[in-house]
Amino acid sequence: MATSDERVPKIMKQGRVVPWLYVAPALLIMTAIIMYPAINTFLLSFKNADGTLSAASACVPGEPCWGIFENFRYALTAPIMQNAFRNNLLWVILMVGGTVSMGLLIAVLADRVRYEALAKAIIFMPMAISFVGAGIIWKFVYAYGTGRVQIGLLNAIVTSLGGDTVSWLSQPAINNFSLIIVGVWMWTGFCMTILSAALKSVPDEILEAARVDGATEWKVFWKIMVPIIMPTIAVVVTTMVINVLKVFDIVYVMTGGNYGTEVIANRMYGEMYISHQSGRSAAIAVVLILLTIPFMIWNVRRLREQEAIR
Amino acid sequence: MTVERIKKILGHLPTHIVLIGLCAIWLIPTFGLLITSLRPFQNINTSGWWTVLAAPTGSEEYSQTCASCHGSDGKAIAWADHTDPEVVQQYPRSIKLLAMLKQDHKGQPHLGDIPMPEPQQAADIADYLKRISGIEVRPRFTLNNYIDALMGYRGRNNYVTDCATGEQALDLNCDNSDLLNPRGMGRAFLNSLLVAIPCTILPIILASFAGYAFSWIHFRSRVWLFALLVGLQIVPLQMTLIPISRLYAQLGLNGTFQGIWLFHTGFGLPYAIYLMRNFLGSLPRDLFESAYLDGASHWTAFWRLALPLSVPALASLAIFQFLWIWNDLLVALVFLGGQKPVLTYQISNMVSSLGAGWHLLTAAAFISMALPMIVFFSLQRYFVRGMLAGAVKG
Repeated sequence: MATSDERVPKIMKQGRVVPWLYVAPALLIMTAIIMYPAINTFLLSFKNADGTLSAASACVPGEPCWGIFENFRYALTAPIMQNAFRNNLLWVILMVGGTVSMGLLIAVLADRVRYEALAKAIIFMPMAISFVGAGIIWKFVYAYGTGRVQIGLLNAIVTSLGGDTVSWLSQPAINNFSLIIVGVWMWTGFCMTILSAALKSVPDEILEAARVDGATEWKVFWKIMVPIIMPTIAVVVTTMVINVLKVFDIVYVMTGGNYGTEVIANRMYGEMYISHQSGRSAAIAVVLILLTIPFMIWNVRRLREQEAIR
Repeated sequence: MTVERIKKILGHLPTHIVLIGLCAIWLIPTFGLLITSLRPFQNINTSGWWTVLAAPTGSEEYSQTCASCHGSDGKAIAWADHTDPEVVQQYPRSIKLLAMLKQDHKGQPHLGDIPMPEPQQAADIADYLKRISGIEVRPRFTLNNYIDALMGYRGRNNYVTDCATGEQALDLNCDNSDLLNPRGMGRAFLNSLLVAIPCTILPIILASFAGYAFSWIHFRSRVWLFALLVGLQIVPLQMTLIPISRLYAQLGLNGTFQGIWLFHTGFGLPYAIYLMRNFLGSLPRDLFESAYLDGASHWTAFWRLALPLSVPALASLAIFQFLWIWNDLLVALVFLGGQKPVLTYQISNMVSSLGAGWHLLTAAAFISMALPMIVFFSLQRYFVRGMLAGAVKG
C-alpha cells in the first residue's frame, strides 16, 4: 500500500464501480445476517417478552425492578442464571485448565516418540465429529443401569472394583464434571496441535546446552520450554476461554441443562424457544458477548504482536 | 553398549506408557460405540460391549449344572436332546426350568449333588438352551442397527425381519423409498448434504471476490471497510438468532434451505474474507502487475491467476466450513428444526424421544460421524490447518 502511485498499473486504481462489484455481494449478506441482527438483539434486550413494549412493562409493583434494564436484572440475578454463571465459571476453569495441560503434556510426550503422527491423530480426531456424536459416545460411557449388568463402561469399572453404581449425569455433585470431561476429550487435540507447533520452534541448541549442563528433563520443561512458548500458551488459553463461555451443544444433548447443569448459552436458547421470552434471551446474549469481548480484543492484540515479531 | 541401550529404553518407558495410555483413553469411548452399533439390540442391553467376544450368556452356568449328564454339546441323552427345539420349547423361562429341575427324576433328585441354580443363572441357562437348539440364535455382529437407523424404523424387532413377515410400520413401505422416510437417518444425511454443500461453496466464492478486491484493487475506503468486515468475526452467532428467526418468519424462510444457506453464508464470510485477503495479498505483486500490463482485466486476473494459486487456502477453508456446518446443531435446530431434519437434529431428537434405544443411537451417531472421519483421515493436513485457523469463529 505504501508503494508510489506511479508504479501501480492504471487498472489497479480504476476504483469507481469495479471494486464494488467484487465486494458488494459479501457486504450485503453480512449486513443482513450479522450487522442488522446484532444491533436488533441489542435493542430487543430492552423490550418485553414479544418485543412490543419496553422491558419496564414487565415489572411487578412491590418487587425489585430495574426499569428498562429489567431483562438484565433477570439475566444477572435470577437463581437459574446464577446457577448458569457458576457452572460456566466451573467450565472455564476446569475445561481450559484440562485441555491446555493435557494438550501440553501430550505435545511434549509425542515429540519424543516415533509414532508421533499417529498419537496426535488419535487425540485430534474428536475435533472432527459433532458435539452431538460426542454426546452419544459419552452418554454410553456414563450409562447407568439399575440391574445386575452395567452396560456403561464407567459403572462397570466401578462395580467390578466393588463400588456402587453412580448416576454420572444426574447426580448434582458430579454431573458437571462428567460433562466437562467430554469437553476436554473433544478440545485437547486443538490445544495439543498449536502447542506442539510452538514446542518445535524452541531451538534445539538451547535445550541441548541445558541438558549438557546437567538440567533434568523436568527443569528443562519448566525453566526453558514453558517460558519460551508462554505467548502461545496465552493465546491458546484465551481462545479456549472464548469457546468455553459459549458452550451449548454438550449440555443440550447430554442433560438438556437439567439436574443443575445449566449454562448461559443453553439458557439463552431455552428463554427464546421454550419460554418465548425474547427480551430475556436477548439480554442473556448481550451479557454473553460482553463476557467474551475482553478476551477477544486481548487475543487479537496478542496475535498482531506475534505477527509483527515474525 | 547393550546396557546403555537397555537403560535408554527403560528411560523412555514412562513416556510410552503415559502416551499410549492417553491414546487408549481417547480411543476407547469411540471404539465402544462402534462395537455396540454392530451388536444385535437384545445383546446391547444385557451385556457390556467389552464382552462381545466372550462365551455366549449361560454357557458357563450350563457347563456347571447340566453338562455332566447332558454333555457339553447337550446331545448326550438322546430322549432329552438339548439341541432339539421341541424339548427346549417346554422350558422357555427360568421359572419353568427351575420347576422342572426341582422335580425328582426316576426317583432321584434331577440334579443329584449339583447345587440348584439361582434364578438369574437359570434364566441364563434358558437363554443358552434357546441358543443351542436354534430357537433364537443371535449373531455377535449385525448390520441391522444401521439399516433400522437409516430407514427410521422404530418397531419392536428390526426392519429386515418385519418387512419379511409383512408387519411393517405404517410409515414404511419396505422398498427403496424408505431411505427418504423423514424420521430416518438416510433422509437426514441427504438434508445435511443439501445444507453443507451450498453453505461451503457460497461463502468461499463471495469471499474470494471480496478478498481479491481488497488485495489488488485500490479503492477508497477499502482499509476501513476491510477492518469492519473482519471485525464482524467477534459477533457470536447466538447474538443474531432471535432477529433473524423473526425476519425469516415474516419472509417465510423458516424451515427452508434458502434461509439456512443465507445464514451460514453470512456467518462464514468474515473469517473467509480475512483468510482470502491475507492469502491473495501475500502472492507476489509482480505477477499481478505484469498480468495487468499485458492487458488482463480484473476478471481475467481473478479467474485465471488468483483462484488457481489459492487452491491450498481454498481447500483448508472449504474443509473447515463444511465440517463446521455438518456438525452444527444450534443453527439447524433454530432455522430448520423438524421440517428438514439434518443429522445432528435427528440424533438429538432420538436422545430425547427414544430414551435408551442404544442400538439406534449408536448406529445413528456413526452414520453422522462417517463423513467427518473420512475427511479427517484422508485430508488430515488441510483439515488440521483449517480447523486451527477457524476455531475461534462462531
